[in-house]
Amino acid sequence: MASHRYRPGRTVVIFFAGLAIAFGLVALAGSWTPRLGLDLQGGTRISLVASGDDVTQESLQEAAAIIDSRVNGSGVSEAEVTTQGERTVVVEIPGETRPELEETVKRQAQLRFRVVACTTADPSACGGAGATPLAPGSQAPGQPAVPGSGATVPSAPESGSSTPKNRAPFLSTGEQNDGQQGGDQSEEPSESPSPSETAQPSPEGDLVDEPLQWMNNPDPASVQAFNEFECPPQGQAPAVEDDPDKPLVTCDDQGMKYLLSASMIEGTNLQSASAGIPDQSVNWAVDLKFDGAGTDDFTQISRTLYNTEKQFAIVLDGQVISAPTMNGIITNGEAQITGDFSEAEATSLSTSLKFGALPIQFSDDLIETQTVGPSLAGNQLSAGLAAGGLGLGLVMIYCMLYYRGLGIVVLASLFVAAAWTYALVLLLSESAGFALSLPGVAGLIVGVGITADSFIVYFERVRDEMRDGKSMRVACESGWHRARNTCLAADAVSLLAAVVLYIFATGVVRGFAFALGLSTLIDLAVFFWFTHPMVSWLARFKLFNRGHKLSGLDAESLGLDRYPMGAKA
Amino acid sequence: MGKFSRLGNDLYSGQKSIDFVGRRWLWYAISALIVAVAVGGLVGKGINYGIEFTGGAEYRVSLPADQVDQDTADELREAVAGTDIDNASSPVVTTSGNEAILIQTEPLSDTESEEVAQTILDATGASSDDLSQSEIGASWGQEVAERALLGLAVFLVLVVLFIWAYFRQWKMSVAALVALAHDVIITIGVYALSGFEVSPATVTGILTILGFSLYDTVVVFDKVRENTADLRGSRQTYAKAANLAVNQTLVRSINTSIVALIPVACILYVGVVRLGTGSLKDLALALFVGMAAGVYSSVFIATPLLAHLKARESEVLLAEKRDKARRRAMADRYAAVPAFTEDMPVADEPGAGPERPGSQEPSAPAAPPRAPEASGRGRVAPAPQRPVQKSAASGRQQPSRQPRSKRGRK
Repeated sequence: MASHRYRPGRTVVIFFAGLAIAFGLVALAGSWTPRLGLDLQGGTRISLVASGDDVTQESLQEAAAIIDSRVNGSGVSEAEVTTQGERTVVVEIPGETRPELEETVKRQAQLRFRVVACTTADPSACGGAGATPLAPGSQAPGQPAVPGSGATVPSAPESGSSTPKNRAPFLSTGEQNDGQQGGDQSEEPSESPSPSETAQPSPEGDLVDEPLQWMNNPDPASVQAFNEFECPPQGQAPAVEDDPDKPLVTCDDQGMKYLLSASMIEGTNLQSASAGIPDQSVNWAVDLKFDGAGTDDFTQISRTLYNTEKQFAIVLDGQVISAPTMNGIITNGEAQITGDFSEAEATSLSTSLKFGALPIQFSDDLIETQTVGPSLAGNQLSAGLAAGGLGLGLVMIYCMLYYRGLGIVVLASLFVAAAWTYALVLLLSESAGFALSLPGVAGLIVGVGITADSFIVYFERVRDEMRDGKSMRVACESGWHRARNTCLAADAVSLLAAVVLYIFATGVVRGFAFALGLSTLIDLAVFFWFTHPMVSWLARFKLFNRGHKLSGLDAESLGLDRYPMGAKA
Repeated sequence: MGKFSRLGNDLYSGQKSIDFVGRRWLWYAISALIVAVAVGGLVGKGINYGIEFTGGAEYRVSLPADQVDQDTADELREAVAGTDIDNASSPVVTTSGNEAILIQTEPLSDTESEEVAQTILDATGASSDDLSQSEIGASWGQEVAERALLGLAVFLVLVVLFIWAYFRQWKMSVAALVALAHDVIITIGVYALSGFEVSPATVTGILTILGFSLYDTVVVFDKVRENTADLRGSRQTYAKAANLAVNQTLVRSINTSIVALIPVACILYVGVVRLGTGSLKDLALALFVGMAAGVYSSVFIATPLLAHLKARESEVLLAEKRDKARRRAMADRYAAVPAFTEDMPVADEPGAGPERPGSQEPSAPAAPPRAPEASGRGRVAPAPQRPVQKSAASGRQQPSRQPRSKRGRK
């Protein structure tokens, strides 16, 4: 016991000042209803668990950012993408039930290789409208002399390519640059109409299916779409529909506009990509390796594009990430993108290429999609509130019956705890984005039991001390000193469980752990700074220290025939 | 309340005592039986995993209460089965609470899922606001379970360390953990036997039980530690002191369990009646069973086991021995005093009297050799027979009135 005189009143006043400040902050924040979780207000939640071993916190963050831009780009407002634990990404869309977004979120291979018809810097092919069917690109059978794989020559582009982008990547071959030039350089576009962006009719003619010819002869509709298209401000992904079978108008992150052919190689045909500094070079480069089908297609592309100023584009999620020219014919599927890369750029590009859209993989088996209709949400909210009210009420009634006068302390403490909980939930939903979910409500209700239990431990101790012959006032203090340690230990275990649960649980059950931990902390605060001072204060009243029948500490409710010696009465 | 309070007092003072520690084999046997049944259920019936663990799609239509009946469910089953989608050919349709119907199918693709959703809405006439759905990949639950197991392991290690640090007795950690395992096995067994679906919410509930079970055990052990801190001074055996501790905290245990179970029971009630199947029910059921088992195990398992484990410690053995001697002495306090007979020699050895049975030996044990008398200067303190203890008055203020000669003149 502290040597100085214990002043319960002061503690309580400070405690209530703290509560008032908390509510003042809530008033400042301005919202008096907590943010509700999806299961209480309706909405869609998609949880994805990354598969594979090489999931790092960074790649998870990167994936979350990519998913965020995808979802918010698909016309959904206020979608929230968060990471949980080490390998879970959670997408939450409050208020809307759109399970079909799962496809948007998880789609993986959005990496495509297309050839470029025209760009903002080189709009020549998109100038006018003509109809000149082209000779098919001559697929020269001349075999390259040395099919060596390591002889990368990232030299200056012999084709004098004027790739206008800042980072100007070039493609050098894994072979000699002795391929024949293929494809006419005719600049007349063909006439097949095909608006590229939205819901276009199937393009007529088979040129769209022959991108290498279409490239030089884009159909007027595509050209028109190209001319009408406006790139979004820098840094934002263009909102385009990336349909592999259709031409595409899109931009890169520098705001350069491209008209692209239908997809020629899918990202799935890419076997590997890695960044490194090739021999005899000082600049970073990205090495690509295609699989069998990809190699064939790429050979064809490189033959066609070699010695032209035409580029081909690597398109990721509808956005051009790189548009190199060809400075060699590559038949073995091992290409290299060179240019003025920094290490970070090269690594980022190779990462994008390697993983498709996302730096980590989400397999179908590890996805949970949940939509909650507003009706169910309303039901769950009212059910949660009903359970809470019922539980709180019954606990209060029980305590009143059993502890009578002391029951008032229990009631007051529970109310104060409830006020604190309310204030903290509001503050946390404002500051930390905490949303009250159904399991969270359950956690708070279970917390009522924990809170009431510490009072029981305390009061039973007080009674025991009185049975030992101490007076009420002495028993309150000595009982407190014994109950305090017990409660601290027990609450520490409880808190430990909540923290471990919070760290290791996935999904909504984290809300439960959070609420449980929160109510345990509040229990401790209320127990130390409210309940104990209250009891000490009440012990000064005759009703309690004289053992009135209603005090809950009279001889009868202690089970004694009379007060032991030493007690008043 | 009067009788309960009376019981509380009697239990506290030890006038009434339930022999928790002494009859430990009975409690062990009861628990072993329950655990055996639980394990049997687990092995025999297996756990009914929810779609969160098996993967699949679940649709929940909220309907007016008068529409939620078996007929509607049957209609829905036929409607969904009639969609020509392979994975939805045998849907499981159940009513859930009194406000919703639940339809579960195998995993579906996005378009299939939309078709099924539309079918359900057409068949019931509900609006899309009333429909909730979850689609869960087949390995999702495995991931959840793996993380839960990891959490379990971390938690157990931390708790062992915590209890060891708090009580400074590893045997308490062991006893608490055994009680914990007991609770968890019983809870899982109840799930297996009752056939309730196990969902991630259940797993959460079970992890929460860990905390609760330990919470109870910690409170009881705290009292055990307090009572057994001074075995010699309290002239008790460890088992008796521990038993008294359990009895003394029994009222608290009962009250706690009531107060903790009331809210959980409310959640369970509301979850089952209003919402039917769902995370609320799963959570509350696991908590309810686990908490009840936790209170039981802290009283009937943890403490007897602790006393059992402690029974071989030298200090505990010594206390037992003393207690035995004390009891023997108390049975007949004057056993050593010879009964008086008429012709008893005045200073003779005891046992010479003919009426004393069992003491026919001519030489009864002599009195212990006397300690040397005080001699020389000053006082010679007798050798202590046992270590000096704190007196019963220790800690309390004693009157310290100086002798008159020192008080000075008034």
